[in-house]
Amino acid sequence: MRTLPFILQKEFLQIFRNRSLLPIIFVLPIVQLVILSNAATFEVKNVRMSVVDEDQTEASRGLVRKMQATGYFSVVANSPTADQGADLLLSTAASMVIHFPLHFERDLRRSGTARVQMIFDAQDGAKAGVSQAYASSVVVDYSRELGANIVLDGIPAGIDVIPVNWFNAEQRYTTFMVPGILVLLVTIVGMFISAMNIVREKEIGTIEQLNVTPITKSQFVIGKLMPLWVIGLFELAFGLIVAKLLFDVPMVGSIPLVFAMAAVYLVAMLGFGLWLSTMTDTQQQAMFLAWFFMVIFILMSGLFTPIESMPHWAQNIAELNPLAHFIRIMRRVLLMGADFSAIRTEFYWLVGFAMTILPMAVRQYRKVSH
Amino acid sequence: MAAKDSSTERVVIDVRDLTRRFGDFTAVDSISFSVKRGEILGFLGANGAGKTTAIRMLTGLLEPSSGDATVAGFDVYRQREAIKKNIGYMSQKFSLYEDLTVFENIRFYGGVYGLTRATIKSKSDELLERLGLQHARDHRISGLPLGWRQKLAFSVALLHEPEIVFLDEPTGGVDPVTRRQFWDLIYETAANGVTVFATTHYMDEAEYCDRVSIMVDGRIEAYGTPNALKNQFEVSSMDDVFIRLARSTSQSS
Amino acid sequence: MGSFRGFIVKEFHHIFRDYRTLVILFGMPVIQLILFGYAIRNEVSDIQVGFLDPVRDELTMDLKTRIDASSYFISKGDYDTLDDIERAFQDGTIREAVVFEPDFSHKLRHDGSASLSVIADGTNPNIANTMNAYTLVIVRDFQRDLLADDTPAPAERGIVIDSRMRFNPELKSIFLFVPGLIALILMLVSALMTSITITREKELGTMEILLVSPLKPIQIIVGKVLPYFLLSFINVSTILVLARLVFHIPIRGSVLLLLAECLLFILCALSLGILISAKSKTQQTATMISLSGLLLPTIILSGFIFPIDSMPKILQVISHIVPAKWFLIIIRGIMLKGVGFEYFWKETLILAFMTAVLMTASIRSFKIRLD
Repeated sequence: MRTLPFILQKEFLQIFRNRSLLPIIFVLPIVQLVILSNAATFEVKNVRMSVVDEDQTEASRGLVRKMQATGYFSVVANSPTADQGADLLLSTAASMVIHFPLHFERDLRRSGTARVQMIFDAQDGAKAGVSQAYASSVVVDYSRELGANIVLDGIPAGIDVIPVNWFNAEQRYTTFMVPGILVLLVTIVGMFISAMNIVREKEIGTIEQLNVTPITKSQFVIGKLMPLWVIGLFELAFGLIVAKLLFDVPMVGSIPLVFAMAAVYLVAMLGFGLWLSTMTDTQQQAMFLAWFFMVIFILMSGLFTPIESMPHWAQNIAELNPLAHFIRIMRRVLLMGADFSAIRTEFYWLVGFAMTILPMAVRQYRKVSH
Repeated sequence: MAAKDSSTERVVIDVRDLTRRFGDFTAVDSISFSVKRGEILGFLGANGAGKTTAIRMLTGLLEPSSGDATVAGFDVYRQREAIKKNIGYMSQKFSLYEDLTVFENIRFYGGVYGLTRATIKSKSDELLERLGLQHARDHRISGLPLGWRQKLAFSVALLHEPEIVFLDEPTGGVDPVTRRQFWDLIYETAANGVTVFATTHYMDEAEYCDRVSIMVDGRIEAYGTPNALKNQFEVSSMDDVFIRLARSTSQSS
Repeated sequence: MGSFRGFIVKEFHHIFRDYRTLVILFGMPVIQLILFGYAIRNEVSDIQVGFLDPVRDELTMDLKTRIDASSYFISKGDYDTLDDIERAFQDGTIREAVVFEPDFSHKLRHDGSASLSVIADGTNPNIANTMNAYTLVIVRDFQRDLLADDTPAPAERGIVIDSRMRFNPELKSIFLFVPGLIALILMLVSALMTSITITREKELGTMEILLVSPLKPIQIIVGKVLPYFLLSFINVSTILVLARLVFHIPIRGSVLLLLAECLLFILCALSLGILISAKSKTQQTATMISLSGLLLPTIILSGFIFPIDSMPKILQVISHIVPAKWFLIIIRGIMLKGVGFEYFWKETLILAFMTAVLMTASIRSFKIRLD
């Protein structure tokens, strides 16, 4: 094993001199963390509202003021007629119309009940649902303030339901997203760079030269993968620091446990990258394949949309996605404080992936053609 | 050609009926020859004649379909790793890493062949001095002229003192002066008892070889010393030998 | 003109001979559509819920059964302590827990009021809120039925919201995703693939040969781009047909207008592709620029998945230069809202302006390379 240090030395040198790899290693992660964490949010912060107020009373204006005061709603237009209000929905100037009918206030005072119509642009169903929930909670509060000690559907509060949110009490979306994005960082190093790095030797022809040397298959594979393994763990450390400093993500669980899991996960992803490189002859093809798998892995990982919302067959397929398991581990350990025994199943999955894909890839990579 | 008493030298490459098929296509068709220690073998042939396939089998990169061959006394089927320790190889495609410096390349290949750091250090100093490249020790390969790279690649292939060195078109794209210098290096190497197995396109280079093999359509159609071949085909240069051969096979087919 | 025709024929041959690229060009859109359509959903369902119920009498059993019976929840049974519940959250057994107070039933019967806590896995705030809301609805229903047993239901009071969900009453997420998918795939095929093929010719040196041929630069560009133009168009049609037949996504507006806008966007993407190829020397650079400069913004900053309104101001400003953002407003308008040109002529104008600028820039930088 005297040869290995020489191979590692060479690989590190090459990685740090490669102009197209360095940005992927050092710039892309920052961009991803900063942009993705801020952009990838399903939080609804600004509902653009068009107001159609046929009543023009203190009661109707009060509700609009109250909605604006929450910070979630902003009035983009006051439209005289319902049609004009709805028109703003069509032109995407507004994403919601609130329509007070004539006699809104009078009805409320006389009979204690009045109607207000809300029309949501539901193209984005999730956003519409959240907007509606916000709006109705404002309306409930407002009704209460107006003196009617009643709730929305008119039933006195007998069972008092106290909602409690554990693990992310401040309801911050970045807290949820950042651990998942850290997984992405590690994955890109593992999959993209390992695949491209090996195919590159094929493309420039040095692999022929290596194949006639006494380098063994395992020396070659370890020499190629270990630097990336180290870089992957470094990225994770870097990402965790940024997550802490920039996004104040709570880290309840054990950080060493996170690194231990990442170490196993990286082996699996590096194996995958190696396998991709054995399937391709040019960096181009490797990139395409890697990108293709990456899209599938990301979309079926629970990073953006919950796995639990998928149909059952898709959930079963998602079990075969290493990303899904690692994202679960990261969220549970970092945000919920899970210990090893709580994530044991996920850990076994990772070990399973690593032990399947790496040997498969090593076997596929051969020094001698047949 | 330094006259060598070949009868007392041992055979280092021995090939018997070596064949390689790719599907229906026979790339190398039952070739046989042997090369003795310290000889320079010129391995000639048109593009696609099967030279590269033959070299890949002898260096352990490709498994033969049938036939036998030993390289440095080791079998090409069962002892490929032992062969690799005892040969040097300089490929057609450029074999040094362009993004590494001269010394880093030497260190890497030295390490791959199991040399210690101290040995690598002394050997690289010696090598750079011989090539007159001391000043370029810490320059990246990408900045070196092609001729220097070729000489360097050749020297790196010899770093671990192999018995045989395989050169796959070593002088492609190099100017005549550098080619001449390169062949001087080859002579020097052969004189030190290293067997040189070189493929080439240049017929003038064939004249420099101890022995020449010419492949046509996967077979060895001519084999012998350059003089013997010229006599056999009754021509005055290796160029003409080659043209004769090409003509006779195109007539026969 | 004969040499031009021959050139175009050759370009088509190039693409159709390489089956790997063809699989990517045609297979990827279909796979992505199916994946997006079936698997990528936002709707919350199958919430695994656990209970901490010190009472365990008929009343609490009733409520638990009711929660389990709802299509949103799956009961994972009772837990004994809050620690057990925390554990169950950590190992992923449950996503919500309902905790009854110790004398829940007694208080409810005698005082008329009792409390229960709904603990949600709050890591994902939206889902937590949705789970809370679902639970609340079930508890309210339960309570109404309890009351209905002895007292008449009180009349509705207060402000009642009459809410309507327009364009997508069932709140299906695929309605949102498909138009975005069209933009993404067009970017991928038109911009990424074009930039790579042209750079590839440069790398291989065959571009030089084309440049010394009697073909005019504009003809070379057209010849390179035409096959991708057609491929993109075929892809759009495939996606629209699949979206219609498999996922029942409406095209409420004019199909002709939709196709015309798609053509405009394809032109825009192709211009981007040519521009990138003119600026980059290697395929690797072209790929990197395309991936980070085109695909990521198209996914993240276009409103494809994430609402632009919720992003920080600076990202909202950046999103203005993402062509896909404008394209999405247009095609969502046509497909989901069924509106006509008068509602998005501004967006169309912006997109057309972008295309014109990009096309001029790309042809110019292509020419500069020639001189």
